[in-house]
Amino acid sequence: MEGLVTQIQGLSGTASDVLSLQNLLKQADDSLHAESTRLPPFLDQLDPSKHSLGYLYFLEACTAGPVTQEQASSFVLTIARFISSCVAEQIRLAPDKFISVCKRFKDQVLLLEEPLRGVAPMLTAIRKLQLSSEHLTALHPEFLLLCLLSKCYKTALSILDEDIFEVDQPRDLFLYCYYGGMISIGQKQFRKALELLHNVVTAPMSTVNAIAVEAFKKYILVSLIHHGQFPTNLPKYASSGAQRNLKTLCQPYVELASSYSNGKIADLETYVEANKDKFESDNNLGLVKQAVSSMYKRNIQRLTQTYLTLSLQDIANRVQLNSPKEAEMHVLQMIKDGEIYATINQKDGMVRFLEDPEQYKTCEMIERIGSSIQRLMTVSKKLNVMDELMSCDPLYLAKAGRERQRFDFDDFDNVPPRYNI
Amino acid sequence: MDGEDISNPLMEEMCANGIAAVDDAPSSSTSTTELKSRPIISGEQLDIEAYAGLYSGRTKIRRLIFIADHCDNTAMQLEGLRMAYDELKKGENTQLFREVVQKIDDRLGLNYSMDAAWCAMVDRKADQRKDKLESELNAYRTNLIKESIRMGYNDFGDFYYAHGALGDAFKSYVRTRDYCTTSKHIIQMCLSAILVSIEMGQFTHVTSYVSKAEQTPEALDPITSAKLRCAAGLAHLESKKYKLAARKFLEVGPELGNSYSEVIAPQDVATYGVLCALASFDRTELKNKVIDNINFRNFLELVPEVRELINDFYSSHYASCLEYLGNLKSNLMLDIHIHDHVETLYDQIRSKALIQYTHPFVSVDMRMMADAFKTSVAGLEKELESLITDNQIQARIDSHNKILYARHADQRNATFQRVLQTGNEFDWDVRTMLLRANLLKHEYNLRASRKI
Repeated sequence: MEGLVTQIQGLSGTASDVLSLQNLLKQADDSLHAESTRLPPFLDQLDPSKHSLGYLYFLEACTAGPVTQEQASSFVLTIARFISSCVAEQIRLAPDKFISVCKRFKDQVLLLEEPLRGVAPMLTAIRKLQLSSEHLTALHPEFLLLCLLSKCYKTALSILDEDIFEVDQPRDLFLYCYYGGMISIGQKQFRKALELLHNVVTAPMSTVNAIAVEAFKKYILVSLIHHGQFPTNLPKYASSGAQRNLKTLCQPYVELASSYSNGKIADLETYVEANKDKFESDNNLGLVKQAVSSMYKRNIQRLTQTYLTLSLQDIANRVQLNSPKEAEMHVLQMIKDGEIYATINQKDGMVRFLEDPEQYKTCEMIERIGSSIQRLMTVSKKLNVMDELMSCDPLYLAKAGRERQRFDFDDFDNVPPRYNI
Repeated sequence: MDGEDISNPLMEEMCANGIAAVDDAPSSSTSTTELKSRPIISGEQLDIEAYAGLYSGRTKIRRLIFIADHCDNTAMQLEGLRMAYDELKKGENTQLFREVVQKIDDRLGLNYSMDAAWCAMVDRKADQRKDKLESELNAYRTNLIKESIRMGYNDFGDFYYAHGALGDAFKSYVRTRDYCTTSKHIIQMCLSAILVSIEMGQFTHVTSYVSKAEQTPEALDPITSAKLRCAAGLAHLESKKYKLAARKFLEVGPELGNSYSEVIAPQDVATYGVLCALASFDRTELKNKVIDNINFRNFLELVPEVRELINDFYSSHYASCLEYLGNLKSNLMLDIHIHDHVETLYDQIRSKALIQYTHPFVSVDMRMMADAFKTSVAGLEKELESLITDNQIQARIDSHNKILYARHADQRNATFQRVLQTGNEFDWDVRTMLLRANLLKHEYNLRASRKI
């Protein structure tokens, strides 16, 4: 053991040394695991900021076995300190170990029932493990889970705002998008939630998994809240398994959506009452109630298209509210949220609907359009790069060469038949 | 028929509209009082004898039966059935005869009860004739004389038609096709097929045979082309293609006269044409094809109320126009071809009137508009709301002051909004697509590595 420690201390200097150290550590891994109980004191001899790789191996071996409550709190401290001070390049040499350490960290934090303690370290861990901000690691969903459990949604949003283009494991993506969707719903950012849930539901999957089913239920509800409608068919690029099976698995929600599209609030409410248990068991009752109240909003918005002024009594009648007072409250809330532009004249009990005051003439608008253009150009460039990479990919060329007969002659002129690598 | 009843309400409408159309009022009223010639399709109760006089053959009987089935007035019912009975006695259709007798139900006395002897005699004669025709046809077929075979099948077709076996009649007529040598034969076959198809109610055949007839290399004489256009118009009407139906009816030449009385009367051509045109044409087309159409004027003379109707619509006297429509409705419901479509056409005409009324104005006082259309303000508000939601009127309602304000979409703002939205959608689509591509690549690599 001591020999190993000195080697770690010695070989943690340059990159080539670190590589040879890694080989040594790999060989010694089993012996480390065998002696896991004896390891903690050795950890103190190693400095996490200089000897990250070695420290990682030791730490991983220490935490491998079952952990008691007292040990948990001390381990949590050690791991947190390690994460904050370790060197990113060294730990990237052994990503699996790092991931398993962090996962155990999460388990222990949950064991102690203090998810808040894990949020910041996990965030640092992600940043250190990620190869780029577009890369999804296995730690992302863990991080989001901790944020959800500790209810600190704002920290999560900083991670969610980054676009993901590279994924290690599809399962990570599903969990990430599902949790991300839930966090966005909590922050009332329904557009982002819709995007994330859409990714889960339309991701390529050979068989439908439980995450997709739960995500689909929430997807229907968020779609109703944000757009006021739910497209009955998934887009064509969704996997065939999803297209066939998701709707049958989420039957009560699909019926809720069709009842919503009929536009009658009374029917919708009776339906919700009737199926309350199902919604509650899925923990979706709150979302369902939001969907129902969004229906009033849709109806009022529709009125702004046809009327310039309307009495509160008329609004209450048309939107099927109980009294003009309720109508006034709804309209007031919508004006505050910026969903409609109107003024309420309390003396006459009239609401006057105004046009969107945006004139698209300000500097901010020009900046906004300019930045939009830039963003789109970056995305387009990315798409082109990916296309070029793909067309040079040997696997793709092999398959295209084999299936040449199926496609149009012109498309594959340059590929020789029976292309063999 | 009197025209005096019509002129009084017309005067009232002029004043109610508040439009000092003094020039129009006297001229239209004098023209209506002058006319005496056959205003049969009018607001007055239908004169069955005159109506039936317009038609001949099977359609006359069918129309009479239809009227008897659908009108509430028992006197008219019995009159219709009586005339149907008389007409049937002149023909050879025992099945229809039995039907009519059942409907009469001994209400018209002994002269109009079941005449079993006559039925038996007609049936016997029919069998004999059928055998004769068959033997003749066989003879012709063995001799292989094309013309005779054709005439043989034709006679068969006529025979079946007279006896009400429409399906067999159609088949026989169609069989003559192989033996037609000149265009005239083809046209004759097409016309017969069309007639039977209309009676059967199979209007898809009508359209195909009309186009077949129109494709003959020889020029058609005007009467035939008029007949074909009527048939085509009826087919379009049945399939609810009102614009095409209107065009066809408006193209019918005045040479038609009474020559197509087995199918349609010139009054019908006018009525159907005007109603479909009102429901589906825009203003320019209405002016060019209907009002300025010299040929069609002959037809319009036959139905003065319809002519008034369309002139009122064009000159924006909506209340009187809608009143004419209301008066005509009860009689139109008794017509076999148009009764299904009356409601739809009326709704469309009314919407068009509303849209046309609001079109030239920036703001409209809804109370005046309600007076012009003879409805209440609340009802008008509902109608306008549905038209606005359907995007047929670009306007907004000020419910407090009851004013309708025209609202022209701001193109510039709308364009900016659309641009930003399209940008966002593109961005989203591409990002999700790249993500999915990455997932697929991952999966493919996984599978490939497993294979290796």
